[in-house]
Amino acid sequence: MLSRTASELYWMSRHLERAENTARMLDVAWNLSLIPFAATVDEEVAAPLKISGTWDRYISRYDTVQINNVMHFFSLDEENPGSIYNCIRSARENAHAVRGRITSEVWESINATWIELQSIRRYGLIAMGASAFMDWVKERSHLFRGAAYGTMIRNDAFRFLRVGTFIERADNTARILDVKHQIHTGVGNSAVEYYRWNALLRSVGAYEAYREIYTDRVTSEHIAEMLIFRAEVPRSLRSCVEMLAELLPSVEGEAGMDAKRLVAVQFARLQYGDISHVFEVGLHEYLTDFLRRINELADTIQSAYLELV
Amino acid sequence: MIKAGSPPPGGYDEMFSAPGAAQPHYAAYWRWLEGVSMDTIERKRKEADLLFHRVGITFNVYGAEEGTERLIPFDSVPRIIPASEWGMLERGLLQRVQALNLFLRDIYHEQAIVRAGRIPARQVFANAHYQPCMQGIDLPNDVYAHIAGVDLIRNNDGDYYVLEDNLRTPSGVSYMIENRRMMMRLYPELFARHRVAPVDHYPALLHEMLEQSCHVTNPCVVLLTPGRYNSAYFEHAFLARQMGIELVEGADLFTRDGVVYMRTTAGPQRVDVIYRRIDDDFLDPLAFNPDSMLGVPGLLSAYREGNVVLANAIGTGVADDKSIYPYVPDMIRFYLDEEPILKNVPTWLCREPQDLSHVLAHLDELVVKEVHGAGGYGMLIGPASTREQIARFREQLLAAPENYIAQPTLSLSTCPVFVEEGIAPRHIDLRPFVLSGREVRLVPGGLTRVAMKEGSLVVNSSQGGGTKDTWVLEDAPC
Repeated sequence: MLSRTASELYWMSRHLERAENTARMLDVAWNLSLIPFAATVDEEVAAPLKISGTWDRYISRYDTVQINNVMHFFSLDEENPGSIYNCIRSARENAHAVRGRITSEVWESINATWIELQSIRRYGLIAMGASAFMDWVKERSHLFRGAAYGTMIRNDAFRFLRVGTFIERADNTARILDVKHQIHTGVGNSAVEYYRWNALLRSVGAYEAYREIYTDRVTSEHIAEMLIFRAEVPRSLRSCVEMLAELLPSVEGEAGMDAKRLVAVQFARLQYGDISHVFEVGLHEYLTDFLRRINELADTIQSAYLELV
Repeated sequence: MIKAGSPPPGGYDEMFSAPGAAQPHYAAYWRWLEGVSMDTIERKRKEADLLFHRVGITFNVYGAEEGTERLIPFDSVPRIIPASEWGMLERGLLQRVQALNLFLRDIYHEQAIVRAGRIPARQVFANAHYQPCMQGIDLPNDVYAHIAGVDLIRNNDGDYYVLEDNLRTPSGVSYMIENRRMMMRLYPELFARHRVAPVDHYPALLHEMLEQSCHVTNPCVVLLTPGRYNSAYFEHAFLARQMGIELVEGADLFTRDGVVYMRTTAGPQRVDVIYRRIDDDFLDPLAFNPDSMLGVPGLLSAYREGNVVLANAIGTGVADDKSIYPYVPDMIRFYLDEEPILKNVPTWLCREPQDLSHVLAHLDELVVKEVHGAGGYGMLIGPASTREQIARFREQLLAAPENYIAQPTLSLSTCPVFVEEGIAPRHIDLRPFVLSGREVRLVPGGLTRVAMKEGSLVVNSSQGGGTKDTWVLEDAPC
């Protein structure tokens, strides 16, 4: 398939996945901001800025870290390239450029999302309600994925679309875990910790999964293990990389040998790694290393398949 | 309940022959319409708008904010053509397009028609769209205009006239198909009452024709678009999707050793046929406009070597020019030895002294057009102009008569459209699409464009014109 088409599809799904992850992350910040732990709320509200690496940009525009400003910054702010509004706009532009290559159902799900988002933006986040907005974003993302999964033929177009999803998701899970772990460790107040860890689990849609796998009290070790190594948790690093390790080798042609090799190495590390080793090197160090590797993989995919040669 | 419609005074209406009296082929439709409430129509109209918007059936507007997409107004009263009338149109269109292709082949080879004195040499060779680089090139099946869009109108005498032949990159066929889909979705009961000939297979015919247009077995066919900001981008994407071929932009293609390739995830892939929706001037910066970023450097030389087929061929514009138009009936006689089935609008060529004096004497009755003008520029509509405008135009005309042609002011037929109060007549035209491969074919139907404003003759979508579904009835309605 055309390199440009592959690239548009890859970025289309990355942008949509990013919109969904941003909504999940915001949902946590919003819900925690409603619980009265005066001393720690600020950190929770600021967490999305740290996770997404947009602290400086935010501070240059707003004076204080205040929940309503953070919500606006990440949801409908046109000036923030990573806002949900801009992610969906970019995804729609990618889709528009390749609408001949995606099924009409996939195109219509994205186009309808964009049309609805414009009217939401006209009335503002307050009118809709923050939680309702986050739910809407997640729903639209599910709908897109369902349409893609249910209607697209299993060719390279579909593979590049999926590759974009899992690269973005792996990156996001690692970032969320990294930041949350740093601000959650050593709080010493078990009630606070309980709410925070639960909120983190909900943000990655893994609250029910945790209950089913571990049954006992929520601990940072278990959460880290679950979000890094557990094959049955769909947003874990292992699940994401496993999907990439399946997808990349089935892309036609010889162009992507480096990408295929990198993903195999990374998958082996997750397949055979264990959590005690992670805590020995330090969770933050481990995740920093993972982020470097996943971004190296993304760059390799970009230059092997997606750039015009 | 819909109020009875009527034809406009002195005009020809497709549906009504007299106030409240429907023509026979509209009888069943009119019976149905009389039983429908305006509320139902209004509700369906909103549903159609929503669906068109959601599906993104839009066109991009130039000059407006980047990426502005607009809906083309869709009217749900079908334009109905009885089978017998269509049969005549079909024969006439096939004949006309055949002759045009023979003409194009001729003027880039032997030039017999010029040597026979049937068309003046300067009309052909001094034409801005004549491409000397095409001289002596043999094309597969001798086809130049693979896709032709012929604009037809019906005059108040009830006869059809060809208004214009579009042989470069005619647009609108996607709306023909989408309008039909929309009508079937909104008013399925109408299709149970009428035998409407299907048009849905157009993309299949187009694909077959494109594959046949080169000598390679299983050729790689692509559609070349200027990109997503082009006004017809929706159509480009739609057709590529329907045919299952790649939609490419110039930057996706490159040439090496006279062969065209596209850049794919698996490396370069050879391209055999390009359905191009880019004008000649932008196809190849090495051969034509050097500033263009839309095309592919080296494409022309690959084409001349016969390594790739372009549909339509380069240089077809010479045959759809206003100065060539008056000669088409003669081409039909010359190449096919047949009488033309479809009428031309009588045309005076102002560079002929006799024609010029007639035109000057009747400026207040005629439409005078610039030969290379388009989009309504450089035009005088006599009956609608002031004395001063006519006087000014007379001077221009006398200064450069060869730049002008003149035609009688035609009254386009009307067809009812839904308006707030009920239905009212609006002017329409018709663009069927003719495909030339090993044989010449067309689907029964075309794009009917509507001037949505009362009394207006402008059917152009960029000027607020709308569209409606075109029905060719397979036999009398039941």
